Amino acid sequence: MADVETQRDAVLDALDNVAARLAEEKGYLTDLDSAIGDADHGANMQRGFGEAAEKREAFAEMDPDEVVKNVGTTLISNVGGASGPLYGGSIMFASQELEDGITAETSVAFAEAYLDKVKDRGGAEVGSKTMVDALVPAVHTYKKSIEQDDLPPLTALAKAVDAAERGVEFTVPLKALKGRSSFLDWRSVGHQDPGATSTLFILEELLATAEEYLDGAIDRDAHAGDAARRDE
Amino acid sequence: MIGLVVVSHSAKAAEGIADVAEQMGGGNARIVPAGGDEDGIGTSPDRIREGIEEADDGDGVVVLVDLGSAVMNAELAIEMAMDVDAIIADAPILEGTLNAAVETTSPKATLDSVVERATDARDYRKLN
Repeated sequence: MADVETQRDAVLDALDNVAARLAEEKGYLTDLDSAIGDADHGANMQRGFGEAAEKREAFAEMDPDEVVKNVGTTLISNVGGASGPLYGGSIMFASQELEDGITAETSVAFAEAYLDKVKDRGGAEVGSKTMVDALVPAVHTYKKSIEQDDLPPLTALAKAVDAAERGVEFTVPLKALKGRSSFLDWRSVGHQDPGATSTLFILEELLATAEEYLDGAIDRDAHAGDAARRDE
Repeated sequence: MIGLVVVSHSAKAAEGIADVAEQMGGGNARIVPAGGDEDGIGTSPDRIREGIEEADDGDGVVVLVDLGSAVMNAELAIEMAMDVDAIIADAPILEGTLNAAVETTSPKATLDSVVERATDARDYRKLN
Protein backbone atom coordinates (compact mmCIF):
# COMPACT_ATOMS: atom_id res chain seq x y z
CA MET A 1 0.00 0.00 0.00
CA ALA A 2 0.87 3.63 -0.17
CA ASP A 3 3.12 5.82 1.99
CA VAL A 4 2.91 6.06 5.75
CA GLU A 5 0.70 9.17 5.78
CA THR A 6 -1.87 7.52 3.51
CA GLN A 7 -1.84 4.39 5.63
CA ARG A 8 -2.41 6.46 8.76
CA ASP A 9 -5.25 8.36 7.09
CA ALA A 10 -6.80 5.05 6.08
CA VAL A 11 -6.59 3.77 9.66
CA LEU A 12 -8.10 7.01 11.02
CA ASP A 13 -10.91 6.92 8.45
CA ALA A 14 -11.57 3.27 9.23
CA LEU A 15 -11.80 4.20 12.90
CA ASP A 16 -14.28 7.00 12.13
CA ASN A 17 -16.36 4.68 9.98
CA VAL A 18 -16.38 1.92 12.59
CA ALA A 19 -17.31 4.38 15.36
CA ALA A 20 -20.15 5.85 13.28
CA ARG A 21 -21.46 2.41 12.35
CA LEU A 22 -21.41 1.17 15.95
CA ALA A 23 -23.20 4.33 17.08
CA GLU A 24 -25.82 3.64 14.42
CA GLU A 25 -26.14 -0.03 15.43
CA LYS A 26 -26.05 0.59 19.17
CA GLY A 27 -29.73 -0.18 19.67
CA TYR A 28 -29.63 -3.24 17.44
CA LEU A 29 -26.60 -4.73 19.22
CA THR A 30 -28.21 -4.02 22.57
CA ASP A 31 -31.39 -5.78 21.43
CA LEU A 32 -29.35 -8.82 20.43
CA ASP A 33 -27.50 -8.71 23.75
CA SER A 34 -30.65 -8.27 25.80
CA ALA A 35 -31.89 -11.62 24.49
CA ILE A 36 -28.87 -13.62 25.67
CA GLY A 37 -26.55 -11.26 27.58
CA ASP A 38 -26.68 -8.24 29.82
CA ALA A 39 -27.90 -5.76 27.20
CA ASP A 40 -24.79 -3.59 27.24
CA HIS A 41 -22.91 -4.67 24.11
CA GLY A 42 -24.20 -1.85 21.93
CA ALA A 43 -23.47 0.83 24.51
CA ASN A 44 -20.05 -0.64 25.32
CA MET A 45 -18.90 -0.86 21.72
CA GLN A 46 -20.24 2.58 20.88
CA ARG A 47 -18.52 4.13 23.90
CA GLY A 48 -15.18 2.40 23.25
CA PHE A 49 -14.87 3.20 19.55
CA GLY A 50 -16.42 6.63 20.12
CA GLU A 51 -13.67 7.47 22.63
CA ALA A 52 -11.02 6.18 20.20
CA ALA A 53 -12.42 8.24 17.31
CA GLU A 54 -12.37 11.35 19.54
CA LYS A 55 -8.59 10.98 19.73
CA ARG A 56 -8.10 11.52 15.99
CA GLU A 57 -5.99 14.62 16.56
CA ALA A 58 -3.76 12.92 19.10
CA PHE A 59 -3.32 10.01 16.69
CA ALA A 60 -2.47 12.27 13.75
CA GLU A 61 1.30 12.24 14.39
CA MET A 62 1.64 8.51 15.02
CA ASP A 63 2.68 5.68 12.74
CA PRO A 64 -0.21 3.48 11.59
CA ASP A 65 0.71 0.60 13.92
CA GLU A 66 0.87 2.99 16.89
CA VAL A 67 -2.57 4.33 16.04
CA VAL A 68 -3.92 0.78 15.96
CA LYS A 69 -2.20 0.00 19.27
CA ASN A 70 -3.68 3.11 20.89
CA VAL A 71 -7.14 2.22 19.61
CA GLY A 72 -6.65 -1.07 21.45
CA THR A 73 -5.66 0.55 24.73
CA THR A 74 -8.54 3.02 24.45
CA LEU A 75 -10.98 0.13 24.01
CA ILE A 76 -9.47 -1.67 27.01
CA SER A 77 -10.15 1.34 29.20
CA ASN A 78 -13.60 2.18 27.85
CA VAL A 79 -15.44 -0.89 26.61
CA GLY A 80 -15.83 -2.90 29.80
CA GLY A 81 -16.97 -6.46 30.39
CA ALA A 82 -15.37 -9.23 28.38
CA SER A 83 -15.48 -7.15 25.18
CA GLY A 84 -12.77 -4.77 26.47
CA PRO A 85 -10.03 -7.38 26.74
CA LEU A 86 -11.27 -9.37 23.75
CA TYR A 87 -11.50 -6.52 21.23
CA GLY A 88 -9.07 -4.02 22.78
CA GLY A 89 -6.47 -6.44 24.09
CA SER A 90 -6.38 -8.34 20.81
CA ILE A 91 -6.10 -5.21 18.67
CA MET A 92 -3.30 -3.96 20.92
CA PHE A 93 -1.47 -7.29 20.69
CA ALA A 94 -1.89 -7.70 16.94
CA SER A 95 -0.77 -4.12 16.18
CA GLN A 96 2.87 -5.22 16.39
CA GLU A 97 2.36 -7.09 13.11
CA LEU A 98 1.89 -3.71 11.39
CA GLU A 99 5.26 -2.28 12.50
CA ASP A 100 6.58 -2.38 8.95
CA GLY A 101 3.46 -0.81 7.50
CA ILE A 102 0.16 -2.08 6.17
CA THR A 103 0.53 -4.47 3.24
CA ALA A 104 -1.36 -7.53 2.06
CA GLU A 105 1.17 -9.64 3.93
CA THR A 106 1.17 -7.73 7.23
CA SER A 107 -2.62 -7.44 7.22
CA VAL A 108 -2.85 -11.25 7.07
CA ALA A 109 -0.39 -11.46 9.97
CA PHE A 110 -2.45 -8.88 11.89
CA ALA A 111 -5.68 -10.79 11.29
CA GLU A 112 -4.15 -14.08 12.41
CA ALA A 113 -2.56 -12.55 15.52
CA TYR A 114 -5.89 -10.92 16.41
CA LEU A 115 -7.78 -14.20 15.99
CA ASP A 116 -5.19 -16.15 18.00
CA LYS A 117 -5.39 -13.67 20.86
CA VAL A 118 -9.20 -13.70 20.92
CA LYS A 119 -9.26 -17.51 20.99
CA ASP A 120 -6.50 -17.70 23.56
CA ARG A 121 -8.07 -15.12 25.88
CA GLY A 122 -11.68 -16.18 25.60
CA GLY A 123 -11.20 -19.93 25.17
CA ALA A 124 -13.92 -20.10 22.50
CA GLU A 125 -13.80 -22.21 19.34
CA VAL A 126 -16.02 -22.25 16.26
CA GLY A 127 -19.46 -23.35 17.41
CA SER A 128 -19.26 -21.76 20.87
CA LYS A 129 -21.64 -19.00 19.68
CA THR A 130 -19.22 -16.09 20.04
CA MET A 131 -17.37 -13.60 17.87
CA VAL A 132 -15.03 -16.48 16.95
CA ASP A 133 -17.80 -17.86 14.70
CA ALA A 134 -17.50 -14.74 12.53
CA LEU A 135 -13.76 -14.27 12.92
CA VAL A 136 -12.49 -17.72 12.03
CA PRO A 137 -14.13 -17.92 8.59
CA ALA A 138 -13.21 -14.29 7.91
CA VAL A 139 -9.55 -14.64 8.80
CA HIS A 140 -9.13 -18.01 7.07
CA THR A 141 -10.85 -16.73 3.92
CA TYR A 142 -8.71 -13.58 3.90
CA LYS A 143 -5.47 -15.55 4.33
CA LYS A 144 -6.36 -18.10 1.66
CA SER A 145 -7.49 -15.42 -0.79
CA ILE A 146 -4.22 -13.54 -0.44
CA GLU A 147 -1.69 -16.32 0.00
CA GLN A 148 -3.14 -19.15 -2.04
CA ASP A 149 -5.51 -17.62 -4.59
CA ASP A 150 -3.33 -14.54 -5.07
CA LEU A 151 -6.35 -12.20 -5.10
CA PRO A 152 -6.02 -8.43 -4.63
CA PRO A 153 -6.43 -7.39 -0.94
CA LEU A 154 -9.72 -5.62 -1.61
CA THR A 155 -11.27 -8.72 -3.19
CA ALA A 156 -9.86 -10.84 -0.38
CA LEU A 157 -11.39 -8.53 2.23
CA ALA A 158 -14.78 -8.61 0.50
CA LYS A 159 -14.70 -12.41 0.55
CA ALA A 160 -13.72 -12.32 4.23
CA VAL A 161 -16.70 -10.09 5.03
CA ASP A 162 -19.02 -12.49 3.23
CA ALA A 163 -17.55 -15.38 5.19
CA ALA A 164 -18.06 -13.44 8.44
CA GLU A 165 -21.67 -12.81 7.49
CA ARG A 166 -22.31 -16.51 7.02
CA GLY A 167 -20.56 -17.07 10.35
CA VAL A 168 -22.96 -14.66 12.05
CA GLU A 169 -25.96 -16.53 10.62
CA PHE A 170 -24.40 -19.76 11.83
CA THR A 171 -24.55 -18.51 15.44
CA VAL A 172 -28.37 -18.35 15.46
CA PRO A 173 -29.14 -22.07 15.98
CA LEU A 174 -26.21 -22.71 18.32
CA LYS A 175 -26.31 -23.16 22.07
CA ALA A 176 -23.89 -20.76 23.77
CA LEU A 177 -20.87 -22.37 25.40
CA LYS A 178 -19.03 -19.26 26.58
CA GLY A 179 -19.75 -16.08 28.45
CA ARG A 180 -22.91 -14.97 30.15
CA SER A 181 -25.20 -16.43 27.47
CA SER A 182 -23.90 -19.91 28.34
CA PHE A 183 -25.75 -19.61 31.67
CA LEU A 184 -28.98 -19.63 29.66
CA ASP A 185 -28.21 -23.12 28.35
CA TRP A 186 -30.70 -24.09 25.60
CA ARG A 187 -32.54 -20.76 25.89
CA SER A 188 -29.67 -19.17 23.94
CA VAL A 189 -30.69 -21.19 20.87
CA GLY A 190 -32.41 -19.15 18.16
CA HIS A 191 -30.66 -15.88 18.97
CA GLN A 192 -27.91 -14.28 16.92
CA ASP A 193 -24.67 -13.67 18.79
CA PRO A 194 -24.03 -9.96 19.47
CA GLY A 195 -20.21 -10.29 19.47
CA ALA A 196 -20.18 -12.04 16.09
CA THR A 197 -22.52 -9.32 14.82
CA SER A 198 -20.39 -6.39 16.00
CA THR A 199 -17.34 -8.13 14.54
CA LEU A 200 -19.13 -8.26 11.18
CA PHE A 201 -20.05 -4.56 11.40
CA ILE A 202 -16.40 -3.68 12.06
CA LEU A 203 -15.25 -5.79 9.10
CA GLU A 204 -17.87 -4.20 6.83
CA GLU A 205 -16.55 -0.75 7.73
CA LEU A 206 -12.95 -1.84 7.15
CA LEU A 207 -14.07 -3.00 3.70
CA ALA A 208 -15.92 0.26 3.01
CA THR A 209 -12.80 2.21 3.99
CA ALA A 210 -10.55 -0.02 1.91
CA GLU A 211 -12.82 0.53 -1.10
CA GLU A 212 -12.21 4.28 -0.79
CA TYR A 213 -8.45 3.83 -0.64
CA LEU A 214 -7.94 0.91 -3.00
CA ASP A 215 -9.99 2.27 -5.82
CA GLY A 216 -13.27 0.66 -6.46
CA ALA A 217 -16.31 -1.00 -5.01
CA ILE A 218 -16.46 -4.75 -4.76
CA ASP A 219 -19.54 -6.85 -5.40
CA ARG A 220 -20.42 -8.80 -2.31
CA ASP A 221 -21.75 -12.35 -2.57
CA ALA A 222 -25.33 -12.55 -3.81
CA HIS A 223 -25.86 -14.68 -0.73
CA ALA A 224 -24.87 -11.88 1.63
CA GLY A 225 -27.09 -8.81 1.73
CA ASP A 226 -28.98 -8.29 4.94
CA ALA A 227 -28.74 -11.77 6.35
CA ALA A 228 -27.13 -10.53 9.55
CA ARG A 229 -30.38 -8.78 10.42
CA ARG A 230 -32.59 -11.75 9.71
CA ASP A 231 -33.94 -12.08 13.24
CA GLU A 232 -35.04 -8.48 13.62
CA MET B 1 5.81 -9.99 51.16
CA ILE B 2 3.58 -11.43 48.46
CA GLY B 3 0.63 -9.11 47.77
CA LEU B 4 -2.95 -10.13 47.03
CA VAL B 5 -5.49 -8.48 44.74
CA VAL B 6 -9.17 -9.37 45.02
CA VAL B 7 -11.08 -8.93 41.74
CA SER B 8 -14.86 -9.16 41.87
CA HIS B 9 -17.59 -7.72 39.65
CA SER B 10 -18.77 -5.93 42.80
CA ALA B 11 -16.51 -3.37 44.52
CA LYS B 12 -18.36 -4.14 47.76
CA ALA B 13 -17.75 -7.87 47.39
CA ALA B 14 -14.03 -7.31 46.74
CA GLU B 15 -13.75 -5.04 49.79
CA GLY B 16 -15.76 -7.43 51.95
CA ILE B 17 -13.67 -10.43 50.94
CA ALA B 18 -10.49 -8.46 51.63
CA ASP B 19 -11.90 -7.55 55.08
CA VAL B 20 -12.76 -11.15 55.92
CA ALA B 21 -9.37 -12.41 54.78
CA GLU B 22 -7.53 -9.69 56.69
CA GLN B 23 -9.48 -10.42 59.86
CA MET B 24 -9.10 -14.19 59.69
CA GLY B 25 -5.79 -14.47 57.91
CA GLY B 26 -3.88 -12.00 59.98
CA GLY B 27 -3.80 -8.26 59.68
CA ASN B 28 -0.31 -8.22 58.19
CA ALA B 29 -1.32 -9.50 54.76
CA ARG B 30 -1.16 -7.01 51.87
CA ILE B 31 -4.62 -7.28 50.31
CA VAL B 32 -5.90 -4.79 47.75
CA PRO B 33 -9.55 -4.98 46.62
CA ALA B 34 -10.05 -4.11 42.93
CA GLY B 35 -13.72 -4.70 42.24
CA GLY B 36 -16.36 -3.10 40.04
CA ASP B 37 -15.87 -0.77 37.10
CA GLU B 38 -16.83 2.80 36.19
CA ASP B 39 -20.45 1.77 35.68
CA GLY B 40 -20.77 -0.19 38.90
CA ILE B 41 -20.96 -3.95 38.41
CA GLY B 42 -18.13 -5.21 36.21
CA THR B 43 -14.36 -5.44 36.16
CA SER B 44 -11.84 -2.92 34.90
CA PRO B 45 -8.36 -3.82 33.62
CA ASP B 46 -7.03 -0.39 34.57
CA ARG B 47 -8.35 -0.68 38.12
CA ILE B 48 -6.92 -4.19 38.46
CA ARG B 49 -3.54 -3.07 37.13
CA GLU B 50 -3.42 -0.25 39.69
CA GLY B 51 -4.32 -2.78 42.38
CA ILE B 52 -1.51 -5.10 41.29
CA GLU B 53 1.01 -2.28 41.32
CA GLU B 54 -0.21 -1.15 44.74
CA ALA B 55 -0.09 -4.68 46.22
CA ASP B 56 3.44 -5.38 44.96
CA ASP B 57 6.44 -4.61 47.12
CA GLY B 58 8.80 -6.43 44.75
CA ASP B 59 7.97 -10.00 45.78
CA GLY B 60 5.04 -10.50 43.42
CA VAL B 61 1.26 -10.61 43.56
CA VAL B 62 -1.41 -13.31 43.53
CA VAL B 63 -4.72 -12.29 41.95
CA LEU B 64 -8.01 -13.82 43.12
CA VAL B 65 -10.95 -13.53 40.71
CA ASP B 66 -14.67 -14.25 40.56
CA LEU B 67 -16.26 -14.97 37.16
CA GLY B 68 -16.01 -14.50 33.41
CA SER B 69 -14.57 -11.15 32.43
CA ALA B 70 -12.82 -10.88 35.82
CA VAL B 71 -10.43 -13.55 34.54
CA MET B 72 -9.83 -11.89 31.17
CA ASN B 73 -9.42 -8.44 32.65
CA ALA B 74 -7.03 -9.76 35.29
CA GLU B 75 -4.93 -11.45 32.58
CA LEU B 76 -4.83 -8.23 30.64
CA ALA B 77 -3.96 -6.21 33.76
CA ILE B 78 -1.04 -8.56 34.47
CA GLU B 79 0.23 -8.05 30.90
CA MET B 80 -0.04 -4.28 31.37
CA ALA B 81 1.71 -4.30 34.78
CA MET B 82 4.85 -5.55 33.12
CA ASP B 83 7.23 -4.94 36.03
CA VAL B 84 5.22 -7.03 38.49
CA ASP B 85 5.42 -10.80 38.82
CA ALA B 86 1.72 -11.66 39.12
CA ILE B 87 -0.26 -14.91 38.88
CA ILE B 88 -4.00 -15.62 38.85
CA ALA B 89 -5.03 -18.36 41.29
CA ASP B 90 -7.64 -20.82 40.01
CA ALA B 91 -9.51 -20.77 43.30
CA PRO B 92 -12.86 -19.80 44.85
CA ILE B 93 -12.49 -16.11 45.58
CA LEU B 94 -13.32 -15.92 49.29
CA GLU B 95 -11.82 -19.16 50.55
CA GLY B 96 -8.87 -18.74 48.20
CA THR B 97 -8.14 -15.22 49.41
CA LEU B 98 -8.35 -16.34 53.03
CA ASN B 99 -5.96 -19.24 52.47
CA ALA B 100 -3.60 -17.05 50.48
CA ALA B 101 -3.63 -14.37 53.17
CA VAL B 102 -2.59 -16.88 55.82
CA GLU B 103 0.23 -18.15 53.60
CA THR B 104 1.58 -14.69 52.77
CA THR B 105 2.27 -14.08 56.47
CA SER B 106 4.56 -17.13 56.62
CA PRO B 107 8.24 -16.19 56.44
CA LYS B 108 8.79 -18.97 53.87
CA ALA B 109 6.01 -17.82 51.55
CA THR B 110 6.77 -17.67 47.82
CA LEU B 111 4.58 -16.72 44.89
CA ASP B 112 4.12 -20.42 44.12
CA SER B 113 3.31 -21.40 47.70
CA VAL B 114 0.65 -18.68 47.96
CA VAL B 115 -0.94 -19.75 44.68
CA GLU B 116 -0.86 -23.36 45.84
CA ARG B 117 -2.54 -22.56 49.17
CA ALA B 118 -5.20 -20.51 47.40
CA THR B 119 -5.83 -23.35 44.98
CA ASP B 120 -6.19 -25.83 47.87
CA ALA B 121 -9.44 -24.04 48.68
CA ARG B 122 -11.04 -25.64 45.61
CA ASP B 123 -11.38 -28.87 47.54
CA TYR B 124 -13.09 -27.46 50.62
CA ARG B 125 -16.49 -28.88 51.42
CA LYS B 126 -19.01 -27.02 53.52
CA LEU B 127 -21.14 -30.01 54.50
CA ASN B 128 -19.85 -33.43 55.39
